[in-house]
Amino acid sequence: MPIQNYIYLCLTLFSIGIIGVLTRRNAIIIFMCIELMLNAVNLLLVAFSKMHHAYVLKSYPDTTVGTEGQLFVFFIMVVAAAEVSVGLAIIVMMFRNTHSVDINFLNRLKN
Amino acid sequence: MNTLVFLVPIFPLLGFLINGLGRKSLSKTAISLIGSGSILASFLVSIVLFFDVKANGGSVTQLFEFIKTEGFHIPFAFQVDQLSSLFLLIITGIGFLIHLYSSAYMHEEEPQHFGRYFAYLNLFVFSMLLLVMGANYVIMFIGWEGVGLCSYLLIGFWFKNNDYNYAARKAFVMNRIGDLGFLLAVFWILAKLGTASYAEVFAGAGKLTAFDITAITSLLFIGAMGKSAQIPLYTWLPDAMAGPTPVSALIHAATMVTAGIYMIARSNILYTMAPATQSLIAIVGLATAIFAATIALKQNDIKKVLAYSTVSQLGYMFLGLGVGAYTGAVFHVMTHAFFKALLFLGAGSVIHAMHHEQDIRKMGGLKKYMPVTQLTFLLACLAIAGIPPFSGFFSKDEILTAAFEKNPLYYYIGVAGALMTAFYMFRLYTLTFLGKFRGTAEAAHHLHESPWQMTVPLIVLAVLSVVGGWIGIPEVFAENAHSLEHFLSPIFAESAKLAEHHSLSHSQEYLMMGGTTAAIILVILFTINKHKNYIPPVSETSGLSKLLENKWYIDELYDTVIAKPVQAFAGLLKNVVEKTGIDGLVNGVGKLVGYGSRQLRLLQSGQVGNYILIMVMAMVVFFLIWFNDGYLVHIFKKII
Amino acid sequence: MIPVSLILIPLITGIIAFFLKEAKLVRSFVLLSSLITLLFALAAAFFSSAPGPALDVEWLPSLGSRFSLMMDGMGKMLCLLTAVSFPAIFIAIQKNEYKNSSSFYGLMLLSQAGLMGVFLAADALLFYFFWELALIPVYFLCSIWGGEKRIAVTFKFFVYTFLGSLLMLAGLLYLYFHTADHSFSLNSFYHISLSGKQEAFIFWLFFIAFAIKMPIFPFHTWQPDAYEQSPTATTMVMSGIMVKMGIFAVIRWLIPVFPHASIQFAHLIILLAITGMIYASLIAFRQDDIKRLVAYSSIAHIGLICAAIFTQSTMGLQGAMIQMFNHGINVIGLWILVDTIEQKMGTRKLSELGGLAQKAPVMAILFVVMALANIALPLTNAFVGEFLMFNGLFSYHVLFTAFAGISIILAAVYTLQMVQKVLYGNTSAFTEKAVDITANVKWVLIVFVIIILVLGVYPQPMLDLTIDTVKSITTKS
Repeated sequence: MPIQNYIYLCLTLFSIGIIGVLTRRNAIIIFMCIELMLNAVNLLLVAFSKMHHAYVLKSYPDTTVGTEGQLFVFFIMVVAAAEVSVGLAIIVMMFRNTHSVDINFLNRLKN
Repeated sequence: MNTLVFLVPIFPLLGFLINGLGRKSLSKTAISLIGSGSILASFLVSIVLFFDVKANGGSVTQLFEFIKTEGFHIPFAFQVDQLSSLFLLIITGIGFLIHLYSSAYMHEEEPQHFGRYFAYLNLFVFSMLLLVMGANYVIMFIGWEGVGLCSYLLIGFWFKNNDYNYAARKAFVMNRIGDLGFLLAVFWILAKLGTASYAEVFAGAGKLTAFDITAITSLLFIGAMGKSAQIPLYTWLPDAMAGPTPVSALIHAATMVTAGIYMIARSNILYTMAPATQSLIAIVGLATAIFAATIALKQNDIKKVLAYSTVSQLGYMFLGLGVGAYTGAVFHVMTHAFFKALLFLGAGSVIHAMHHEQDIRKMGGLKKYMPVTQLTFLLACLAIAGIPPFSGFFSKDEILTAAFEKNPLYYYIGVAGALMTAFYMFRLYTLTFLGKFRGTAEAAHHLHESPWQMTVPLIVLAVLSVVGGWIGIPEVFAENAHSLEHFLSPIFAESAKLAEHHSLSHSQEYLMMGGTTAAIILVILFTINKHKNYIPPVSETSGLSKLLENKWYIDELYDTVIAKPVQAFAGLLKNVVEKTGIDGLVNGVGKLVGYGSRQLRLLQSGQVGNYILIMVMAMVVFFLIWFNDGYLVHIFKKII
Repeated sequence: MIPVSLILIPLITGIIAFFLKEAKLVRSFVLLSSLITLLFALAAAFFSSAPGPALDVEWLPSLGSRFSLMMDGMGKMLCLLTAVSFPAIFIAIQKNEYKNSSSFYGLMLLSQAGLMGVFLAADALLFYFFWELALIPVYFLCSIWGGEKRIAVTFKFFVYTFLGSLLMLAGLLYLYFHTADHSFSLNSFYHISLSGKQEAFIFWLFFIAFAIKMPIFPFHTWQPDAYEQSPTATTMVMSGIMVKMGIFAVIRWLIPVFPHASIQFAHLIILLAITGMIYASLIAFRQDDIKRLVAYSSIAHIGLICAAIFTQSTMGLQGAMIQMFNHGINVIGLWILVDTIEQKMGTRKLSELGGLAQKAPVMAILFVVMALANIALPLTNAFVGEFLMFNGLFSYHVLFTAFAGISIILAAVYTLQMVQKVLYGNTSAFTEKAVDITANVKWVLIVFVIIILVLGVYPQPMLDLTIDTVKSITTKS
């Protein structure tokens, strides 16, 4: 499958994520949109890495060059998981305080 | 002789220091002794110098280098020659008499103010001596400003009275306007010739272009206008009468105001080479002579009459300088110093007797109380009116004859001024000494002749006013009798060579003298007759006489045309340009920054969504730039 | 050795002064310190050998900056001025009480150290360092011990001068990168070669920095405010010595470094300076506050000095040199009198004063002499300077001189008006109970009067002292 298809898919996913972050006020949905963006990037990384690896294999059989991207994806997933746990904890705390998950109530730093 | 030269100014300087520093501890007698004695000592040295100059000619003595730098030096040097030695005699001689007179006149002052007075007076004589003895224009300028300072200090001597202080300030500022002209002339000379010493300047005058000479002489003349009270800078002199009367006699009649004449006589070669300036001087002098005389006709303050008379006489001297009669001008300086000092001292004697009443309408009949004062005053009046054989006749005649040779119109106007002189002087004399006493009975009771310290100077000056003219007897009466001209000839020799000379026939001169003298005598008789039984008018005057009484409203004119606009302009600068203009601009920059920050702060809304939006937009922009930089830069350039 | 001690003595004693607790002790200590500095300065000015690098050691080798000092005639004279002024100021303010006086006097001495450094530095970075060292204590002095509006005014002063410093720093760095050997030394700066455009641009960076310090119209508006609000002792330092930093810098760091630009723009700058003279004189004429009056009068005088320098004629420069010293003495004398009046009468308004000549005759005489020196009467020191400066200006342009000459008249107007309103006339409610000046002030002023008269009659020592600097400039351009 040509790489373009992956890129279009990722771009679409990423844009959906961005638009979600920009337009929604519900913290949980925003969170989900962030995850969407992260995963769009992950997908892209895997796609590029695969492509790169396939290209290098032609000249150097048995090489692992070009697979680092897939490794990064694992890192990102781990970090994202940590982030989700922290982020959800914050949202829970916020909900306890404000009885809402609307981020526009989070402007206390302003004053 | 050279060792003696510096003694002349050093005595008054010492007198100034001793009296100034010791004014609280010294007694009045000691102060007056030191004050007068120092001038007497100077006078004696001056006599020695005078005879030395007469025998051996002039010389220059250098004390030290005043300013010396790369390619430029100004020595602190004194030049004693015919002209300056004559002025030395006038200054120290009359100065001594006036110091003596002051010791009685100022006796009512407290000791420390008495000391202050004598210190100022000594300082004045010192400055005046620097002025006439300096061997270059810079030293002259030092004296020039120094006498201005002393004049300022002495006019405002009674400093509690703010009117006097204003008069003092006015005198100083008007003099400064003239001084600026003087200073510019000095710069001009230095720029063109690289030296300010008289000898070198006069020797190098031939190298100057006509424009340079005209500019230099005109600027110097502006200086003279200020110091010698000529139109348009004369208004300070009548106001200067606020000072004690002996001061008026010394500074504002006999010596300081003649500094301008001295300066022009000193630079006579330059002036002879600048005929345009000469005409200017003659016209300004003549105009001043007439103008001031008209004002003097209607003044009622004894000192104001004399002040305007001084302005008028100074005008005659400038007329003399303008028509090239340098000797005549210097001669008139000398005779004028005698009789005008005498008039002022006489007026002082009257004021002293009248307990500081100066209004002649309240005087009259003083003849019988003050015989010495009256007699000497009368002699002075005859001298100033120009009756032969009194001194004023000879000097004024010399100037007017020279004016006739230049332009008969000058002569006729000058004679008209002389007739007015006779009128106002004898009006003054008659109102003061003749008729009945018009003051209160109380005042009449106190009338008395002045003490000897005051009458002796009067008598000495009266003698000089009578005989002082005899050193300048014109050729028409006797061959080679003009000893002054003979004495001063080395100073004016160069000019005499340059000037064309045409002389009048003797019969014409006799005719002119006779006619003028007869007219003056008629005016005198008319005046005495008219004012003998003077009664102060009840109603306000109107028309021309009101104009004259108010001095043609020149003070008011200057006030509205110069003083007020300058003040308003300064106020405008202070309140508008400085505050809202420059400071406003500076503060405006500060305010703009403040305003800008307040506006920028609004971006920090606290809405997370906004932040992210901005972030995303920025990223989009970055991407666009990153992938299309050449194209975007192109668009950017197009926009600009 | 002497040049370094001129900087080190005030620096070290200044730091020590911070730790002295007793007010009386601090006063005597700083006075002693400043007197020792004066001795060194006198020795430097009149007994030291030919000029040249006085000290040259490694400072910041990685930047190519050395701790090098140089003492030429102008430097000697200005060090002498600084050294004379400080003891005089300390004696004159003996009787004034300052809260937390150890810090006050400590800051004063630090400022002195900075000033000395500015006049001695032969390395641009060092010069900049001392320039700031002199200024920073002054900010503190103004903002802590100043008048009611001190915070706002100090802020203005701070922003103005820091803007100037910033421009100068930018210029310095630019020049540094264009020197042949990447060094900050004066000598490398003198041999720098720039294109005409570069020179013109950097010239203005420097000129604005110095013009703010002098100050030259229209960069002057911080000055009257700062002079008015600062404690008078600081005002004396600012107007007596600190403005000389600007003038000094023009002579040392501007004209020789940018020979072409300084000729190219001379016309404009002289015109600016002269306009400022007239402008400041006119404003001085309408002031009611003596401090502001003296401040504007000072602007007018500095304008003349600046104009004379840019004529680059021997006479103009020579006059400017000695006038730097003379103006310092005269203006400090005036400030001492103003301070006395303010302390004693409780007002600085001319309209509320009057009649002091009756109440305080000694002060009146000293005041009159100072006023006369202010209007450059002959036989006072200022006359010699102004005479030479006007002369230089005249050879540059006749009409400029005539225009500038108006300020001679205006100076007489506003100075005599001040004299009249302070001394003459009748006493007011404020001056009714006035007493004469105290002995310490009297003696300081008498010394000043003697300096004024001696230098007015015989200015030769000062002329000889500074002729080498003048020559070095006129021969270079």
